[in-house]
Amino acid sequence: MLQFSFSKKLLIWAVCAIGILMAAPNLFYTSVEQSNDAEATLATGVPATPELTAIAGQWPAWMPSALVNLGLDLRGGAHLLAEVQVEDVYAERIDSYWPEVRDALRAERVTIGTIRRQDGADTDLRVRISKPEAMDTALAKVRALASPVASLSNVGATDIDVSAEGADIIVRLSEAERLATDQRTMAQSLEIIRRRVDEAGTREPTIQRQGDRRVLIQVPGIGSAEELKELIGKTAKLTFHPVLSRTSDPDTRVQSRQILLPDAQDQGLFYVLEKTATITGDHLVDAQPSFDQNNQAAISFRLNPTGGRVFGEYTASNIGQAFAIVLDEEVLSAPTIQSHIPGGSGIITGQFDVAESTKLAIQLRAGALPAKVVYLEERTIGPELGQDSIDAGALACIVAFITVLIFMVLSYGLFGVFANIALIINVGLIFGLLSMIGATLTLPGIAGIVLTIGMAVDANVLVFERIREELKGGKNPVRAIELGYERAFSAIIDANITTLIAAVILFVMGSGPVRGFAITLGLGIVTSVFTAIWVTRLVISIYMERRRPKEIEV
Amino acid sequence: MRLKLVPSDTSLDFFKLSKMTLGASALAMIASVVLFFMIGLNYGIDFKGGTTIRTDAQNPVDIVAYRAALEPLGLGDVSITQVIDPAAQLTGATSNVSQIRIEAQEGAEAATVETIKAVKNALIEVDPTMSFPQIDSVGPKVSGELIQTAVIAVVLAISAVLFYIWLRFEWQFSVGAVAALVHDVVLTIGVFSLLQIKFDLAIIAALLTIVGYSLNDTVVVFDRVRENLRKYKAKPLKDVLNQSINETLSRTVMTSVTTLIALISLFVLGGDVIHGFVFAMIWGVIVGTYSSVFVASAILLRLGVKRDWDKIDDGRAGTQFANIDA
Repeated sequence: MLQFSFSKKLLIWAVCAIGILMAAPNLFYTSVEQSNDAEATLATGVPATPELTAIAGQWPAWMPSALVNLGLDLRGGAHLLAEVQVEDVYAERIDSYWPEVRDALRAERVTIGTIRRQDGADTDLRVRISKPEAMDTALAKVRALASPVASLSNVGATDIDVSAEGADIIVRLSEAERLATDQRTMAQSLEIIRRRVDEAGTREPTIQRQGDRRVLIQVPGIGSAEELKELIGKTAKLTFHPVLSRTSDPDTRVQSRQILLPDAQDQGLFYVLEKTATITGDHLVDAQPSFDQNNQAAISFRLNPTGGRVFGEYTASNIGQAFAIVLDEEVLSAPTIQSHIPGGSGIITGQFDVAESTKLAIQLRAGALPAKVVYLEERTIGPELGQDSIDAGALACIVAFITVLIFMVLSYGLFGVFANIALIINVGLIFGLLSMIGATLTLPGIAGIVLTIGMAVDANVLVFERIREELKGGKNPVRAIELGYERAFSAIIDANITTLIAAVILFVMGSGPVRGFAITLGLGIVTSVFTAIWVTRLVISIYMERRRPKEIEV
Repeated sequence: MRLKLVPSDTSLDFFKLSKMTLGASALAMIASVVLFFMIGLNYGIDFKGGTTIRTDAQNPVDIVAYRAALEPLGLGDVSITQVIDPAAQLTGATSNVSQIRIEAQEGAEAATVETIKAVKNALIEVDPTMSFPQIDSVGPKVSGELIQTAVIAVVLAISAVLFYIWLRFEWQFSVGAVAALVHDVVLTIGVFSLLQIKFDLAIIAALLTIVGYSLNDTVVVFDRVRENLRKYKAKPLKDVLNQSINETLSRTVMTSVTTLIALISLFVLGGDVIHGFVFAMIWGVIVGTYSSVFVASAILLRLGVKRDWDKIDDGRAGTQFANIDA
């Protein structure tokens, strides 16, 4: 029992050494972090300046350089949980079927009569035919437009549901198509949020999809959740519409396929516009902050070839007419077309300041969010509070650690020292593992480490108490130690597995800081069992071999 | 000279007063349930929705003035408390920190930028030195889900443990252990109701840790019971239990003390952000230690254990699959 084969000894020491080596960079957190950043900058191909090389050299390249990630509550930053209003997209999707439906029905004019699009719920496409008796023919024609949806769960499903209501044909998105649309909307939203956050140059943002329609955004180092929200900002949906009239009455009734939108600055001004946009933000290839001829902040834009052609044709045939530049349901400006604008570039004026035009240009360049986002949860932690938490947590850790060390020596003497060696290695292993798996350390996570320090000695205590009992029973030292380990084993395993069960459930069910706690608690259990069973025993075995004491006192 | 928290040989009778202790535990549990329904928990925004703002200023916290400044904003229920940090008091550092809680606003999921700006401006007018190191806002939709997940997590943890103990011991042990767990969780909820400490997500984590810790203790005692049942086949169950508890008493106290040392240093030095969390765990360690002796074992004694297992199998009484050897 007390004899270790050479290979086993080597394995135990190797595990300890690797763990502590992995943990080492965390002792020099700031300089390692700077060095890592500098190396990352160099890796992007930036020419090496002496300063950069010097910073990169702060930490030797042959040492492991993975650090424990600090959670938002320790580093400071902002956290947002956003929900994407995926339904927003349904109206647009169904709208895009209109030309097809119209053309298909027009071909059957003789049997079904004239057709007219009706206003209805946004998610429906409603078409009235003047000869309702031919409804079956009309339905068959529209149904023929349906195409299959590629999805795993709905084999054979098509994209639209077509039904009749009196003289109206109603086209809706099918359930399968809605799911597929949701998936696309989420993927796009995620991508665009990521681009917008990245454009602002913040470091290590976390942008994750959660569940069906949520996005978790965590950005360390940013001042507040409000700032982050402004960065992600508006939908930034840019469209150009022909202007039909201006009015000051917000209750103006508009005809079907027209919309009434307010002016962005002028409180009492409203525009009646054609609902269908001439140009949309999808045609945009570039947007930059710039200035207009009056030196006012503005945004210059460039359209792709298709957009440029449409814009050119439209301006050529509508000289003298006004068109509205609409951003997120507000009219930024409504200039009158002076001349044909070829080439597809132009400038958007409005009452911006430079900061706004810069932000808006970023958002336009990153692309419009396909749907609105609503924020369900937002948290801001100031960097000072984070630093305070680190300091407080570190102090508590150290005090707890030293007190437990002293307490163990007082209670178990030399064996207490053995347990302490294991405890020190244990903490090293926890940090090593945390760095290795790239886990995130949170404030509750620090609490988990402190708790582990308290509980880690438990396995050793179990063994030592057992050894005492065996010694009292008249066994010789070696035999007592062997029996102590043997008999305490099942209690150690059972007791730790039950705690591990709780930690695993916390990890699976928890989120954010709670999850951080579960990680350190779980790792702490594993490492404390390892150190108690192998490391302490190995140390005791070495002691017994070297000294061969006739009597031991535990 | 060794530090000994417990004399080397004890032979205390833990069941002499078992009627009283079980009665007291039952009473405390009933009281907790009553408190829970009468006063209720002081749910944090994680579970209720709303916004909390932490303020930090050079001047002392003036709750009355803060309240007066926020009154005109019409935010509904607003609670303002001063945050007291024992570490700061020890070192004599000034800490003028307060925590302002605003209920979830009608119609909005999380707080709007405007609401937060209005609150900040109103407070800065009272005290221009004020900064806002932490702002949390949780919408009612998420908070509802968080409650649900938390309850599921606790129930899941207890059932998983019930199953594990049943696998490793006999069902009577399992019932005893789980009774102790429920006892600990209920009493913790009672204390949080009574003292009105903020009950948030971190407390759920603490509850689950208490479950783990309490069990740890119970399992160690039970492990010894299992062993002694094998050893002393004729001894009455009560004596076996008493002997097992006495034999493990030294370890029980040692581990509780080292854990408490760690937790108390965290409570005093770890900053006010995790106070509630650490308090729950300190409470849990004390209650958990008590319950593993006075609830788990007492219930095991009342349920009895089948003693003639060894006649059928190979002498491993009180066990089903415990064939682990070191």
